[in-house]
Amino acid sequence: MDPLRQSPSPSSSRASSPRTFSCERLGYVGIEAVLDQLKIKAMKMGFEFNIMVVGQSGLGKSTMVNTLFKSKIWKSTMPGLRVPMPQTLQLHSVTHVIEENGVKLKLTVTDTPGFGDQINNDKCWDPVLGYINEQYERYLQEEILITRQRHIPDTRVHCCVYFVPPTGHCLRPLDLEFLQRLCRAVNVVPVIARADSLTIEEREAFRHRIQDDLKTHSIEVYPQKSFDEDINDKILNSKIRERIPFAVVGADREHMVNGRCVLGRKTKWGIIEVENMAHCEFPLLRDLLIRSHLQDLKDITHNVHYENYRIIRLKESHALPRGPGWVNLAPTQSPTPTGTRASPGPGKVCRWAEDDSDEDF
Amino acid sequence: MQGGRRGGLQGSAAERPTTEVARRAGTLLAGEGSGALNPPPRRTPLPRGWAIEERSGLEQQRRGPSLAPPPAGLGCAQSVTLSLCRRSSAVSCALAPVAAVPVAALADAGTMAATDIARQVGEGCRTVPLAGHVGFDSLPDQLVNKSVSQGFCFNILCVGETGLGKSTLMDTLFNTKFEGEPATHTQPGVQLRSNTYDLQESNVGLKLTIVSTVGFGDQINKEDSYKPIVEFIDAQFEAYLQEELKIRRVLHTYHDSRIHACLYFIAPTGHSLKSLDLVTMKKLDSKVNIIPIIAKSDAISKSELTKFKIKITSELVSNGVQIYQFPTDDESVAEINGTMNAHLPFAVIGSTEELKIGNKMMKARQYPWGTVQVENEAHCDFVKLREMLIRVNMEDLREQTHSRHYELYRRCKLEEMGFKDTDPDSKPFSLQETYEAKRNEFLGELQKKEEEMRQMFVQRVKEKEAELKEAEKELHEKFDRLKKLHQDEKKKLEDKKKSLDDEVNAFKQRKTAAELLQSQGSQAGGSQTLKRDKEKKNFF
Repeated sequence: MDPLRQSPSPSSSRASSPRTFSCERLGYVGIEAVLDQLKIKAMKMGFEFNIMVVGQSGLGKSTMVNTLFKSKIWKSTMPGLRVPMPQTLQLHSVTHVIEENGVKLKLTVTDTPGFGDQINNDKCWDPVLGYINEQYERYLQEEILITRQRHIPDTRVHCCVYFVPPTGHCLRPLDLEFLQRLCRAVNVVPVIARADSLTIEEREAFRHRIQDDLKTHSIEVYPQKSFDEDINDKILNSKIRERIPFAVVGADREHMVNGRCVLGRKTKWGIIEVENMAHCEFPLLRDLLIRSHLQDLKDITHNVHYENYRIIRLKESHALPRGPGWVNLAPTQSPTPTGTRASPGPGKVCRWAEDDSDEDF
Repeated sequence: MQGGRRGGLQGSAAERPTTEVARRAGTLLAGEGSGALNPPPRRTPLPRGWAIEERSGLEQQRRGPSLAPPPAGLGCAQSVTLSLCRRSSAVSCALAPVAAVPVAALADAGTMAATDIARQVGEGCRTVPLAGHVGFDSLPDQLVNKSVSQGFCFNILCVGETGLGKSTLMDTLFNTKFEGEPATHTQPGVQLRSNTYDLQESNVGLKLTIVSTVGFGDQINKEDSYKPIVEFIDAQFEAYLQEELKIRRVLHTYHDSRIHACLYFIAPTGHSLKSLDLVTMKKLDSKVNIIPIIAKSDAISKSELTKFKIKITSELVSNGVQIYQFPTDDESVAEINGTMNAHLPFAVIGSTEELKIGNKMMKARQYPWGTVQVENEAHCDFVKLREMLIRVNMEDLREQTHSRHYELYRRCKLEEMGFKDTDPDSKPFSLQETYEAKRNEFLGELQKKEEEMRQMFVQRVKEKEAELKEAEKELHEKFDRLKKLHQDEKKKLEDKKKSLDDEVNAFKQRKTAAELLQSQGSQAGGSQTLKRDKEKKNFF
């Protein structure tokens, strides 16, 4: 009630675009208190984030996830342990709730053991695409209900981290195929895994070659150039785009270096510090994914990828005529003999998604 | 402050935090708005000590439906017992359609939230302790930045009789001068006038739309006065629904025109609510958040005011009118909202004139017997209104509009269309069937219309033909007439010619006869005459 109360302005990394005045204001009204209200509400509700890690086995995916979120999300598979190699590609999902300074985050990590491990890796992206589309489908079904929940649980994959093996040459055909198909459906962030096997120069060369490859095949990884909204975004994102893919090293053990306790990998010739920018680019990845662009990832998933999926789904169910004044909702898929509202089998969905994507894009 | 409060949840024990959070979820449910839908308190069975869940998801060969996905579509881990407990909560969720926990807000920036952080925690998501600073505590800031760059919008509807000071109050609330002239009392019906303004304060941009009723309460027969208002509100919902159902939609940049708050201006009679007010509020309470205010309250004395307020609230309650209650579930605002709820309806005074009082310029109204200060809490409740409407609850108002009123409208509208949901546990009623039926119906209608049109066409053609035939006949007649005329003329001319010819012949005959006579006469006369005649003739 104190008219001179200043509500704290949010720490913004960039200035917001100015708006035109159309009314002359004579005093303080208190509109900016709505920012506080937003914050309070967001803190109360908590956040959700779903991340998927894709890559061959042995590239350090589980370790990377543990390092990113500084907790034992996954039991990282130790080499030598007799873990039966999965015959087919499976997806494992784990959900955790982590909290920091009052902010609750419900984190879901999906792993893809068995990716690219077989001799014949044909169509190994199908289950992944199928899973992604299945999450979209779930959300869509919830959204078109008549009596829908107040808050639709969001299981859609917000970000897919793709681990590129550090060959040092260029992207392999498997990588290219996968990236091409996935970047249309989800935000993909490629990283060079196990980058401690490359020297700094090799890293740079590798990175440039990968960037060229991506450009040649017109693969748009996150942050996508076409979604930059204003000039500040462009500047920030182009800096990031220069460094994509990040060369990362994951570690969940701590060692003593110069009296400090750091996460790192200890080798005979030295300790690779994960959080040291001179050693690897893990901090960049972490900042991108968590500290600065998390909300952006979610927004793009919701506003772009999900909408694209929805458009495709609605169009294909649009064989029916328009009722008076209304657009058709998507009916369920042609009912199976049991008539249950089953989500379409993954193969079917992603096959169609592929075909459509071949036509549309 | 909040960190400390939530500190209790940050623990390794899975049960204590879950019960506490679940209990809070229960109170969330209970304390939720005074809507007509009261969801039953959720009873989630809390499983004990879950380890990391793993879900064997889709396998490459599997083509059929995936492993019994829970109907409510939760992305959490699955095991048999887990799916049981989730199904039970899903059923209770289906029973309580408007489930309690607040929605992901702004139609634009979808904050994905915890709904059921209670539900999820209860179902076995482990709270994992962090070994260091990860950095996602900047999430609320990221969210706020996004919202700021997108801007906010807020729509207020002012309902009240002419002359109660609606425009002045809006000017006073937002500290500016919105343009518009005062309405006359001679409007034939109730109309709604809507204006949109762009306000900016520090870095927050607000698109404010103020809708005002013009001519409300001025007619002699006021039975239908509420109808234009209800229609307007419905039209805004309709527009949003249409946008939401489009195939290609742009919801995150859509200008939301749904009414977030309705300020109902009550005339300061001091006795009770007018019947027009009661009827209108009753019609509006399920469509919009109503905040009743007593306008021009400097006309009522303090004692009368308290009695008036009590009378109004009791009338509202006895008539079952659901006015907007400020939310009391969040601790930070519960207290202030609770006290304010008791002060409803607010008695306000609006004024844009500034007078010098003491040594400050203040908004006030000057009377010969004293000066009423607008921002003085002892004089009127204007400050309370501003506080509640703008500074504390703007976001909640928008959320209620979206999650309660709009959802209700949407549900009614879609059910009206004949669409039903699939029932998860009983036999499924697929939308496909409804569509087939509707489609056949529609095609049948189409055919009928086609028939009609065809018949109409045929008829028109016939008429035209008849017309043309008549015209043809006329033309023929005309032609005949002309022909006849022509023939008559011809005949006459021929007659004349004939007579002329006759005359010529007759003349010729006479001439020959005369010549003959002459020649006979000259022959009898002698040859001299002949010669003379011949000479004469030679002369001739």
